[in-house]
Amino acid sequence: MDPIPYRRETPGTQPPGLWPDYRSTVLRSPRKPLIALPHTLSEVTGPIFGQDRLQSNDADLTSQHKERPIGDRMIVAGRVLDENGRPVAGTLIEIWQANSAGRYFHPRDSRDAPLDPNFTGGGRTLTDEAGRYRFITIKPGYYPWQNHENAWRPAHIHFSVFGSSFVTRLICQMYFEDDPMLRYDPIYMSVPSEAGRKQLLAKFDYELTMPGFGLGYRFDIVLRGRDATPFEADDHAH
Amino acid sequence: MPIESGWATVGPFFHAVLPWKDGGAMARPETKGEPITIIGCILDAEEQPINDAMIELWQANAAGRYNHPEDTQPGELDPSFQGFGRVTSDAQGCFTVNTIKPGPVRGLGNSWQAPHIEVSVFARGVLKRLVTRLYFEGEPANEHDPVLSLVEETQRRETLMAKPDPKERGRWHFTLRLGGPQETVFFEV
Ligand SMILES: [Fe+3]
Repeated sequence: MDPIPYRRETPGTQPPGLWPDYRSTVLRSPRKPLIALPHTLSEVTGPIFGQDRLQSNDADLTSQHKERPIGDRMIVAGRVLDENGRPVAGTLIEIWQANSAGRYFHPRDSRDAPLDPNFTGGGRTLTDEAGRYRFITIKPGYYPWQNHENAWRPAHIHFSVFGSSFVTRLICQMYFEDDPMLRYDPIYMSVPSEAGRKQLLAKFDYELTMPGFGLGYRFDIVLRGRDATPFEADDHAH
Repeated sequence: MPIESGWATVGPFFHAVLPWKDGGAMARPETKGEPITIIGCILDAEEQPINDAMIELWQANAAGRYNHPEDTQPGELDPSFQGFGRVTSDAQGCFTVNTIKPGPVRGLGNSWQAPHIEVSVFARGVLKRLVTRLYFEGEPANEHDPVLSLVEETQRRETLMAKPDPKERGRWHFTLRLGGPQETVFFEV
């Protein structure tokens, strides 16, 4: 029997390949139309990772080094769901971010802002059976970039998620509500619909906030969901 | 219903987390099948090397079976082979993967797919990952592969073919072009 396919992209949710406001897309975006790949076994399967991919401090980016990093500590937590609202359990999440001064611990980031020896900005975790995850980190700073005159990235954390198949793979960026830089940012603005952009905003959450420790932010991630079951599809045909 | 979260580029600074130690060593010495080395290179629309890309690969084992609960084909699982690889491009825009040649995999209906590897490309300037497939030039099953036959401009099928090294058996060369006249065929999943 053929595998149950995943839903195709919902219009308005995904950035285009070519987006000249983000200059680097110009030479790195195919111009021929993408060919729709049917979802065969190759697409509905994908890698599954376990605890062996994790080390003990992977979900707490503030305790990976000798001392505490500089910056505002915060808790980032949420759920990974699919488009049908079902939790995605046991899936690997990887994050990376700049330090509180807006500098990455990276040889190619040579900007004139301090590195923090106690913050390398990388984290990993697996979602639990309800699709929940939780990281402790510090609030990333703004950083300038070369895209256009006076270009600054809004504060953001990069998220990489696998989901249950090759098709569900997602790499996105989490932003903060009310960040004044958002509307000037061509990467954030490349998501066409307002609803799609809103979904990328972490929301301050008093429940997640830990007394005397740090503020909490909630950020849910939605991966591709299954299409109708073959049985339902059959129903439509009659 | 919730809507799908929007993709974003990995940017240039993902290296502290995403690259995995031995990410290109997909096969171990005990892995069943024909060991192969893939030398890949990734170029932009002006044929310039892209030195800050990440490539992920996903493939079946030598018996054509995926290490995933939804693959219930009869082929045997190989405990020494997950089928996933992750590499980054070097200063020349190239990467090396050591794996085994995948077996043929069932397609839709009664079709069979020729041996292939699913490939995802991530980079600065790539807002949403680019998906393509790697096939093996000269493989007789390519002629009847249902996905290759979706590429109507037959000469563009060439862009999906890894080419055997003329000197060294088991070594394959694969070039990804994100634009330009020889642009690789990319798929929408
Ligand atoms: Fe960034």
